[in-house]
Amino acid sequence: MSADNHAAEAHHDDHHGHDAHDDHDHGSFKSYMIGFVLSVILTAIPFALVMTGALPAQATALIVMAFAVVQIVVHMIYFLHMNTKSEGGWNMLALIFTIVIVFICLAGSLWVMHHLNTNMMPTHDMTQMVG
Amino acid sequence: MNADQLIPLIFGRLTLEALPLHEPILVVTMIVVALGGVALLGALTYFKLWGYLWKEWFTTVDHKKIGIMYMILGIIMLLRGFADAIMMRIQQAMAFGGSEGYLNAHHYDQIFTAHGVIMIFFVAMPLITGLMNYVVPLQIGARDVSFPFLNNFSFWMTTAGAVMVMASLFVGEFARTGWLAYPPLSGIGYSPGVGVDYYIWALQIAGVGTTLSGINLIATIVKMRAPGMGMMKMPVFTWTSLCANVLIVASFPVLTAVLALLTLDRYVGTNFFTNDFGGNPMMYVNLIWIWGHPEVYILVLPLFGVFSEVASTFSGKRLFGYTSMVYATVVITILSYLVWLHHFFTMGSGASVNSFFGITTMIISIPTGAKIFNWLFTMYRGRIRFELPMMWLIAFMLTFVVGGMTGVMLAVPPADFVLHNSLFLIAHFHNVIIAGVLFGLFAGINFWFPKAFGFKLDRTWGLVSFWCWVVGFWLAFAPLYVLGLMGVTRRMRVFDDPSLQIWFVIAAVGVAVIAVGILAMLVQFAVSFKNRDKLRDETGDPWGGRTLEWATSSPPPDYNFAFTPVVYDTDAWWDMKRRGYKRPKTGFAAIHMPKNTGTGIIISGLSLVMGLALVWYIWWLAALSFLAVIAVAIAHTFNYNRDYYIPVEEVRETEDARTRALAGTEA
Amino acid sequence: MSATAIKTDEPVVFHLPEEPHHPEGSSTGLGFWMYLMSDCLIFAMLFATFGVLGGNYAAGPGPKELFDLDLVAVNTAMLLFSSITYGFAMLAMGKNRINQTLVWLAVTGLFGLAFLGIELYEFAHLIHEGATPQRSAFLSSFFVLVGTHGLHVTFGIIWLVTLMVQVKFKGLIPANKRRLMCLSMFWHFLDVIWIGVFTFVYLLGMLR
Repeated sequence: MSADNHAAEAHHDDHHGHDAHDDHDHGSFKSYMIGFVLSVILTAIPFALVMTGALPAQATALIVMAFAVVQIVVHMIYFLHMNTKSEGGWNMLALIFTIVIVFICLAGSLWVMHHLNTNMMPTHDMTQMVG
Repeated sequence: MNADQLIPLIFGRLTLEALPLHEPILVVTMIVVALGGVALLGALTYFKLWGYLWKEWFTTVDHKKIGIMYMILGIIMLLRGFADAIMMRIQQAMAFGGSEGYLNAHHYDQIFTAHGVIMIFFVAMPLITGLMNYVVPLQIGARDVSFPFLNNFSFWMTTAGAVMVMASLFVGEFARTGWLAYPPLSGIGYSPGVGVDYYIWALQIAGVGTTLSGINLIATIVKMRAPGMGMMKMPVFTWTSLCANVLIVASFPVLTAVLALLTLDRYVGTNFFTNDFGGNPMMYVNLIWIWGHPEVYILVLPLFGVFSEVASTFSGKRLFGYTSMVYATVVITILSYLVWLHHFFTMGSGASVNSFFGITTMIISIPTGAKIFNWLFTMYRGRIRFELPMMWLIAFMLTFVVGGMTGVMLAVPPADFVLHNSLFLIAHFHNVIIAGVLFGLFAGINFWFPKAFGFKLDRTWGLVSFWCWVVGFWLAFAPLYVLGLMGVTRRMRVFDDPSLQIWFVIAAVGVAVIAVGILAMLVQFAVSFKNRDKLRDETGDPWGGRTLEWATSSPPPDYNFAFTPVVYDTDAWWDMKRRGYKRPKTGFAAIHMPKNTGTGIIISGLSLVMGLALVWYIWWLAALSFLAVIAVAIAHTFNYNRDYYIPVEEVRETEDARTRALAGTEA
Repeated sequence: MSATAIKTDEPVVFHLPEEPHHPEGSSTGLGFWMYLMSDCLIFAMLFATFGVLGGNYAAGPGPKELFDLDLVAVNTAMLLFSSITYGFAMLAMGKNRINQTLVWLAVTGLFGLAFLGIELYEFAHLIHEGATPQRSAFLSSFFVLVGTHGLHVTFGIIWLVTLMVQVKFKGLIPANKRRLMCLSMFWHFLDVIWIGVFTFVYLLGMLR
């Protein structure tokens, strides 16, 4: 029976001497620089668009939001070293879950409160009457 | 500077008038509590127990002891919360035909608020966290949780919150706003007193503990499982605990944020939830229910796990539909974020919003219903033993289903417009929380008590408690369904219509029966302790258990398992027994364990001081205690020496003692 | 039960010969990440509040009268610089160079302080103009969202200084490396939140 198989050397102290278990990716100089340059570009363009007003407001807003999303992804990959493997995929799973919940809360709150305002506030009809 | 300026500077708004000397009920309570407290402290000093308590319990990082302390906190607070319930029931049964009852409005409003806050935050939450803390590491074959110090800290933060609520009983007042403190009523304009501030800071302090213990248990379940235990081999209780803790981590920050905004409205004068300067009180209602709905699943999911363990153990069968149980739990976890608006259909968001949330609410009842069938099929053709946990399971199924069905009724927006804030709603949520959460906790307590203390709980008194609870529950809440359908709203203090009185009297009788049930439970603990030698279980497996916690001794040693078991099956211990597992008697090694620390209780104590200082506007003390919290936390990080080895001799001694005990049972 | 019958005579291992060891701190990375996710939800609530209440000026000043995009751009640059310098600190840490790590951490802290200084200047300026947090729901949610981010940066700097002391005295031992890694996640996480802040509060505010 294997019940007697457990060896006496179960206790090893050498885990503390090195960090072989450290599976975290610290990135490289190159990856940090790529992330930095991309971030600079992705920050500069939205600021420039809004400051100069080169495009119509609505188009600018869409571009600015799109750039924000891309920049968040860039930060996640190059600075936070997110990938599907870190912590056995649990980090990614937690992130996806959080994004889903954040989306539900943000979109839900805006939707609910917008409908509430539309239904309950008389100002809406009055502006129409003025217009 | 004269005394008139100096005293407010030192004491903030704390004056002698804060002591409720004009309320006879409170004065009597205060005297009783003071005498009891002095007697307790005196006894602890006389028997020289302080050192023992400090070293073995207060500073412990052992998940088992912390779990037990959570349970004790929960049971003590249950008595307080239940006292509130009795007072409300008596008031409502009396206050007819021009009678004002015996409680004035100021006191009555505090009671219904305190009842809700205490029962959810300081009874249900500690009891559930305690159960998860105790059982989960054992079920997954771990030595402790991932972050043992944080575990101790979380417990003391929760306790600090509970102490604040209790303090409000004797110094100042508690909130008079209902348990969720909706603005603008909870704003500074309508609630200028300290009540809402007590509420806010108690929940914020306890909330830190809850969130951290959630993170801790997720990390434990993800990282510390025994070899071979894949995700789909985890015991169902571990699964439901995992999902409940995910919900904690993903919803308590929401509560923290909302309460912080309310705090700013009250302390700084911002305009988030005011009626002026663009504030919107409805935003508070919206945000707090984003926390509030997942919260009810935080409460009930772990108990679904308990019922699953109980059903399979006492039917002597593998759980029916393990996979579907897991998926149902996960689906509930996600869906619980999509239903929050059903708490305020009447707010006026319109047909499309209400329809969406009505439909999602009806959908979430499907996985819950599936679970009921799983338990039934587990029992089907099983060899059922009607031990106490099994009795609670059956009572749960019969009672909870009614609560679930009235829930689906309330999910229909047009029906909700009639039933919103009525006693029908009160009956519904007590129906699911008492039958689901409390019955589950009682099943869990009766089930795992022998594991924690080494002897079973007395059956006779357990049955008395059981029948009083079940009968009392129906007596207390069936009338509320009726009253609610007749249109009686919640939180009323006096009534005009004399025809309603009989229902309230029946409900009061019901609450008296429940009181006997609670008393019987306390007697059950005492009697079992007295007869502990007769009820002793040396095997560590008194029920013919199926999961790993039954593989070790009762109570388990500090290190839980001398050798970490290897898992091949969902019912790991059952599988080991079938394969003829023999407990190893030699070859022990030193075991790596975390060290006890007093930092948790110190930081929590300082946080408590900070909370009280903020409630009473004692700014210097608040600032000082805040700085002290930071300083102690930083100082703690300079301690790198946090673990030790249990020497092999001690392990051998412990295990040999167990070998002898087991030989005694076989002989 | 019989369907899952197993051969009981089949030899199985009930215990591994070597104890599965969970080294100290092996859960820290995951635990800290989950803390960040919960923090992320706090910010999500503040963003939601800003989204709902951000248009309620209550006849007070709006974004166009108040925001100075040049200042915000400089501030964004400060935070971005601090992110890359923290990255360099982590690279130095990977090579076990204590002094280099400390220097980069110090530079990171200085950028962080510059960020805070500019933010405080902006707040003081707004309050001086009468645009206080009490003035309107828009300003309440603006100050609290941006201020909460600023508070996080403040705690990040306190933590950074603490860690610098610990690295100085204890060296780059595994425990300190783990802590630096956690702070790294915290710091970059704050930068991610700032992307949301400058986009939704400042840039889109100017377009309202």
